[in-house]
Amino acid sequence: MKRALAIMVGAALILLLATLTLVVMPYLQMSAEQVPPDLKPYTEQQQRGRQVYIANGCVYCHSQQPRDPSFAPGDKDRGWGRPSVPGDYAYDEPHLLGTMRTGPDLFNIGARQPSIDWQLMHLYNPKAIIKGSIMPSYPFLFRHVKEPVEGDKVVNIPPPYGPETGKIVATEDALALAEYMLALDHTYPAPTLPKAPPKSDEPKENRAP
Amino acid sequence: MTPTIAILLIITFVLSTVGLLLLIWSIANNQFSHGQDAARTIFSPGEEGHSEDPARPSDQTFTGDNSEQAEAIEARWIADQSSRTAVLTWLSSSVFWLLLGSFFGLASSIKMHLPEFLTASEFLTFGRIRPVHLNAVTYGWASMAGIGVALFLIPRLFKTSLVGGRYAVIGGFIWNIGLVLGLSAITLGLSDGEEWLEFPWQIDILFVLGGALCAIPLLLTAANRKVEHLYVTSWYLMAALVWFPFLFLIANLPFAFPGASGATVNWWFAHNVLGLWVTPIGIGIAYYMIPKILGKPIISYQLSLIGFWSLALFYSQVGIHHLIGGPIPTWLVTLSIVHSVMMSIPVITVAINHHGTMVGNFGRLKDSPTLRFVWIGALMYTVASLQGSMEALRSINVITHFTHYTVAHAHLGMYAFLSFILFGAVYFIMPRLTNWEWPWRKLISLHFWLVSIGILIYVVSLTVAGWKQGVALLDAAMPFMDIVKMTLPALQARTVGGALMTLGHLVFAFHFIAMLMRSGAATEQPTLFRPATKETAQ
Ligand code: HEM
Ligand code: HEM
Repeated sequence: MKRALAIMVGAALILLLATLTLVVMPYLQMSAEQVPPDLKPYTEQQQRGRQVYIANGCVYCHSQQPRDPSFAPGDKDRGWGRPSVPGDYAYDEPHLLGTMRTGPDLFNIGARQPSIDWQLMHLYNPKAIIKGSIMPSYPFLFRHVKEPVEGDKVVNIPPPYGPETGKIVATEDALALAEYMLALDHTYPAPTLPKAPPKSDEPKENRAP
Repeated sequence: MTPTIAILLIITFVLSTVGLLLLIWSIANNQFSHGQDAARTIFSPGEEGHSEDPARPSDQTFTGDNSEQAEAIEARWIADQSSRTAVLTWLSSSVFWLLLGSFFGLASSIKMHLPEFLTASEFLTFGRIRPVHLNAVTYGWASMAGIGVALFLIPRLFKTSLVGGRYAVIGGFIWNIGLVLGLSAITLGLSDGEEWLEFPWQIDILFVLGGALCAIPLLLTAANRKVEHLYVTSWYLMAALVWFPFLFLIANLPFAFPGASGATVNWWFAHNVLGLWVTPIGIGIAYYMIPKILGKPIISYQLSLIGFWSLALFYSQVGIHHLIGGPIPTWLVTLSIVHSVMMSIPVITVAINHHGTMVGNFGRLKDSPTLRFVWIGALMYTVASLQGSMEALRSINVITHFTHYTVAHAHLGMYAFLSFILFGAVYFIMPRLTNWEWPWRKLISLHFWLVSIGILIYVVSLTVAGWKQGVALLDAAMPFMDIVKMTLPALQARTVGGALMTLGHLVFAFHFIAMLMRSGAATEQPTLFRPATKETAQ
């Protein structure tokens, strides 16, 4: 029994060590990180949109973390933005960094596609806007009505993607999600860039798109 | 650097020094010197040199040359029976979740090249069925089957009956309830939002509880054990069962880690599920099955101990290689990369033992289903891990990180390594618990070929396409949609491979149920890939 216990205690100690280095220390360091002054907290509606993003698993295809151009030039060149810093995520709970780019990075989608109509149309059916897109459509975030009533947000879908009769109206969830997309705009300058120095021939201004 | 970090660094340093002292102490105290004696503890007296394999014709099954040896065999049979209810509870559940997870995986795969497939319902949108797939196969199939096999091996390793099996049965029920609730929550859109941690944390408590209930029989049986040496498999199993509840608890602490530090905790956890949970279970099982079926101890017991402790040290720190290039401190990423590369040490030591023991016995792969599944799994462990060490290097990861290449690696690890070993173990265990032989040799064969060809198509197509995707993404010259179109053929190929795998799982599940119902004809002959009469000599 003594030896069995020794193994289990040893195993637990090693994990404790890893917890210190991989959980506690980064937490302390990053929570001391400066929050960029231009970063605005989410509004209630944007936060709700964030929940819709989580509920429907957008994170499995989209990242929110452009990399440093000296490391991976494609990110900036595609217009995805400057490298993100810990402070950019100060209001993100849970984080939605993502590890797949089946679709493009969304860290600055609000700056790239600032129109709410574009966002709604795209959510209703991505193919209506981007030929050959493999993003699924989200019809369940919309209502199909005969006659929109006062206050309804009508989304005009180009044929043949819309319904033959009646109108498509965004639900609260769709509006919230679209607002969240617009809030993903991190084009302000970052106070601290990652410690790994970008190549010195990279002028500072170039980091923000 | 803040003072707190300095203090933590000092603590870390002190801790590792203590670790080193412990190591020196244990060497000085001969903890490492059992050598080959310990490697032989898995055999009952006189059994060495005889295969214990359901796929061997019964005339070669070792029953003991004298009464003492026969008694030992009898005792082992009793030990096997003692774990029956507990093991069958966990294994049957795991087979169910494998089927469910496969269908969700297949549907996810179809959706990636036919995005209009099943879009009307929010419950079946890609972003929900994909996490259902991951959680069903990870916590349902891999974890439950792993625990089931562990419960079977514990009494065998300790040469005594399982004590407190009831707790494991209750644990199994709680775990299943957790899965039903957790997967429903994801389907309803109530995910916690982090990969590998989607289940709402309130539901996660059930898993901690269910897992802890399995630790009770482990501890009770260990206290009761009749062997002096602890075979290396029990090291892995004990450590894994200590690690998992701890990991799961910390990572799920609600609202503790916001923002970017949440991402580090997320991936610290996710890689530990792989490295400190399913991997030790998989390696541990292979460490038992390969020598047992060959009737030959592993070639180096010392190496296996080094492999174990270096795995614990290095694997626990690799998690941040999932965030290379991300918004986190550079030292952290570097730390994880260094450990990822250091992982080649345990991987190579394990490889020497697993494959070295096989040398001269490869012919047995032709008849023993267990050996064939387990050894291919062990080989794929070596391959997936060496691939992983490369993939963690900055220069490679910058290409592969956000691509299908990672998915291919994930399935090479979770499927070709882990699931294969679990399949093999189930083929070994079931006849011993039900006292019945697998009814149809052809079904085992069919299962094997379907899943092998399936996973081959899966991994090869996505590896190639993922690499091309990654290279193209680095250069904005190629428009994003062109890259998407370039990957489509591979995504379609994945559906083909995945369909074959799913078919294989249906065959496997059918055979498993037939086994539970003791279908087919009673036979004295164990079921092999080839008819017993053509059996070649050892
Ligand atoms: C020495 C051993 C290994 C190393 C160093 C390693 C390294 C890595 C790296 C660098 C990634 C890619 C992360 C990214 O770019 O996003 C990865 C992903 C992954 N690996 Fe490994 N790997 C190893 C062994 C294994 C094994 C044995 C398994 C299975 C049991 C496994 C399962 C996975 C999975 C499932 C992922 C995908 C995680 C996700 O994105 O959800 N790996 N690994
Ligand atoms: C039956 C055939 C299977 C099919 C068709 C399939 C398909 C898929 C698909 C489509 C994804 C999503 C990839 C993405 O988001 O881009 C996925 C992810 C995953 N699957 Fe499977 N899968 C199968 C079996 C399994 C099994 C049996 C396991 C584990 C034992 C497994 C473990 C995983 C893991 C760990 C991931 C996450 C990968 C990552 O995040 O990088 N899969 N699978």
